[in-house]
Amino acid sequence: MSATPADGTPIDGAPLPLNTEALRKDFPLLARTVNGRPIVYLDAAASALQPRSVIDAMTRYYERSHANVHRGVYATAEEATALYERARLAAGRFVGAPNPAAEVVFTKNTTESLNLVARSWGRDNLRAGDAVLLTEMEHHSNIVPWMLLSEELGGLDLRYLPVDGDGRLVLDDLERLLDGVKVVGISAMSNVLGTINPVRLVADAAHRHGAVVVADGAQLVPHAPVDVQELGADFIAYSGHKAMGPTGIGVLWGRAELLESMPPFLGGGGMILDVKLDSFRPAPPPARFEAGTPPIAEAVGLTAALAYLDDIGMERIRAHERALTDHALARLDEKLGRDVTIFGPPAGPDRGGVLSFAYRDVHAHDLAQVLDQYGVCVRPGHHCAKPLMRTLGVQATARASLSLFSDDNDIEVLIEGLLEAGRLFG
Amino acid sequence: MADLEELYREIILDHYRSPRNRGELASPPAHRVEGFNPLCGDEVVVSLLVEDGTLADLKIGGSGCSISQSSASLMSAAVKGKPLDEVRRLINTFKGMMSIHEASLGHDHPHDGNGSGAEVLEGEPEEIDLDKLGELAALQGVVKFPVRIKCATLSWNALAQGLDEVAAGA
Repeated sequence: MSATPADGTPIDGAPLPLNTEALRKDFPLLARTVNGRPIVYLDAAASALQPRSVIDAMTRYYERSHANVHRGVYATAEEATALYERARLAAGRFVGAPNPAAEVVFTKNTTESLNLVARSWGRDNLRAGDAVLLTEMEHHSNIVPWMLLSEELGGLDLRYLPVDGDGRLVLDDLERLLDGVKVVGISAMSNVLGTINPVRLVADAAHRHGAVVVADGAQLVPHAPVDVQELGADFIAYSGHKAMGPTGIGVLWGRAELLESMPPFLGGGGMILDVKLDSFRPAPPPARFEAGTPPIAEAVGLTAALAYLDDIGMERIRAHERALTDHALARLDEKLGRDVTIFGPPAGPDRGGVLSFAYRDVHAHDLAQVLDQYGVCVRPGHHCAKPLMRTLGVQATARASLSLFSDDNDIEVLIEGLLEAGRLFG
Repeated sequence: MADLEELYREIILDHYRSPRNRGELASPPAHRVEGFNPLCGDEVVVSLLVEDGTLADLKIGGSGCSISQSSASLMSAAVKGKPLDEVRRLINTFKGMMSIHEASLGHDHPHDGNGSGAEVLEGEPEEIDLDKLGELAALQGVVKFPVRIKCATLSWNALAQGLDEVAAGA
């Protein structure tokens, strides 16, 4: 591969699918400088930046329409309720939900969505000794809720799909591991390795064994087209703030018949049909799982965020991030060679834009500290995936993760910072 | 890169590359304490041998970033062979140096050049005498990077816990 041309756009002569220069203008935070340098934001896997339209929508909501939802009959209360329910439709349609009004539950974040499934469906359907199949690359949020349930129920049989040297799931023993399994938890895309997992294949096998499948969509949903009916999972969770929306709102999509069968998660206002001194009757889903005043402004922001992504097009976003991922993998190899170890699959269709790496023997925290001086935002640490870190044989990695506005100049600055870290710690 | 050079002073890099007192002591008789930083996964193992009111020996195990490892190494060199009351004083002085900036965590991020000045909390128990710290004073640059303070104090907290446990067991 030849050196990157000065204008920074072509990759092997082909331009990146998205016009990043224009898109960057949509993100106010990118106008800021840090340490005298423009921000190179490579931490979308932790939290994405918000376009102006999201911030404006939330401000407009607070300035014009704020009221509690599902309560008042005055004009703004009606507006707030309509905006909140519109967000539910948007959040469901974004992942191809056949009946979003009944199947989309708003939570605080992906973590709460996954806890909801474990606490409600899990506690109602699992017994001591039942088997749960997870993967070694799960985020703690799709492991620990099942461990908590295991403690409560007197011991679940927690099994794990292993990860191979390329950061892919090892499926050779899938059938054996599925034997007797009641629920499968699988990340649709790893927040450490960038691996886009074959959820459909695993879900089909799991269903043959009568298991329910819970997909963690936090990383995949904001970066690639997702259709729940094609994906095959029974639940999928994702977060607003990783999809360029606000923090404080998460989405849980679940099959209607499963949600209807499940007991409430939290108790309080909004989740009941009736309450007497000695009993209550729960509301139907999704209200059953939304006790208390929900994140209304955040729902409005989420609607704007998903509209922003839809306007660009998830196919194009994926194409852009895939092209840039391929470029980054090649460029890091070309410039840093054996000094850099990149975890996760090689360039290809199952490789998402999350690049975890080690550089020489410099600790990830020190790498991130030096990169900060270049305005580069990466995440050091274990990425809430300590079992995976142990499998990889590392304590921590540095992780650069791409957004729709990322381009090859970002990769060049990243490399410049890494070379400086190498000099400093040489 | 002035802040960076202040953080990664030569003495810190030297202790990172060539850590002092590495290893573990046989336990028993030594007492063993593990410290974890759950945010980053860094871990330190301090094994200490207390004899006749002095910290007769200690070794440092575990792994982590340059700040946590150099701080542990510098600590080991500073406290080994010292009377326990002196070790306790040094721990307090060092943690005092590191806590100065915990007071400024609520301020603007230092990267903009705001909020980076040292600010002592009202009621701070004692003045920090950097001279007492000797080589350890090299770590004061850490306070400009508040998220790294926990890296620097990891081994010190483990040592303090170990001394408490030894005292309670005696």
